[in-house]
Amino acid sequence: MAERRTDAALATLRDVSRSPRIELLWWEGCPSTEGALAQLQEILLEFGLGGTPVHKREIRTDAEAAEVGFRGSPTILIDGVDVDAGAEPTDLADPNPLTCRVYRRRDGRISPTPDPDDLREALGRAARVEVTPT
Amino acid sequence: MTVSIGQQAPDFDLPDTEGRSWSADGAEAPATAVVFTCNHCPYALAWHERIADVARDYAERGVRVLAINSNDADRYPRDSFEAMRNRVRAEDWPMPYLHDAEQTVARAYGAKTTPDVFILDSQRRLQYRGAPDGDHDDPGQQAQWMRSALDALLAGDAPQMPETKPVGCSIKWKP
Repeated sequence: MAERRTDAALATLRDVSRSPRIELLWWEGCPSTEGALAQLQEILLEFGLGGTPVHKREIRTDAEAAEVGFRGSPTILIDGVDVDAGAEPTDLADPNPLTCRVYRRRDGRISPTPDPDDLREALGRAARVEVTPT
Repeated sequence: MTVSIGQQAPDFDLPDTEGRSWSADGAEAPATAVVFTCNHCPYALAWHERIADVARDYAERGVRVLAINSNDADRYPRDSFEAMRNRVRAEDWPMPYLHDAEQTVARAYGAKTTPDVFILDSQRRLQYRGAPDGDHDDPGQQAQWMRSALDALLAGDAPQMPETKPVGCSIKWKP
């Protein structure tokens, strides 16, 4: 919760030095894709990166999932790094990635999309944003 | 196949995680909520406590809530019968968790997602079908669409909003 919020989430952004490559991997059996895309675009705007394309890629098979590190729909990669690589509640996730992905929000709630502050943090790292904690 | 509002829903005979059999035919219950759900879907998990609260809050008035898992456990092992049983034993479940291993009940009802809620009256006629409430992300909604439908049935009325769009993970059908 508030104490877990990061500098990136609380920061005043001063400079965005580069535009990262953003990929949204999705599977057709899950309705979370549009919500995740809207969430991403809103945060890109916050970072002054509104023109950054989000590359959407549909994952259809187990082999494709394994090839690109797909861990359920949606999986968001920023410069190839999963935005929630370390925080997934693996006790809840099914080993078969062709399903909706289970995320845990910073307040503990289960969600089909990442916590917005996790996205901000990942984007801040990738964009090499210089931040001033508030 | 799917059940339409006002139609009699198919009966079933399914085991719960403790080996007891359950039927949709609750002649003594004023209403029965049949909720297709599962273990691994974030929508089902996000809504779970709200649905459980409905089961707790309406039990005194005789309402039954039956949770059913119909997912293909061969491809999605988190939805195996053993995983269902472990979950019920680890958590506080106020409703039975039924296993639809052959997926016949999900097919007969036309269930599409987890969760997908079907509320039946005492004659087993479908009176509400859809989502528990309007936002999986807002626990404050307290499964209000389910509650409104149940309140109407308990008052002897038809639900004002008999159908909403079910939202969640697709049911994982066997190949």
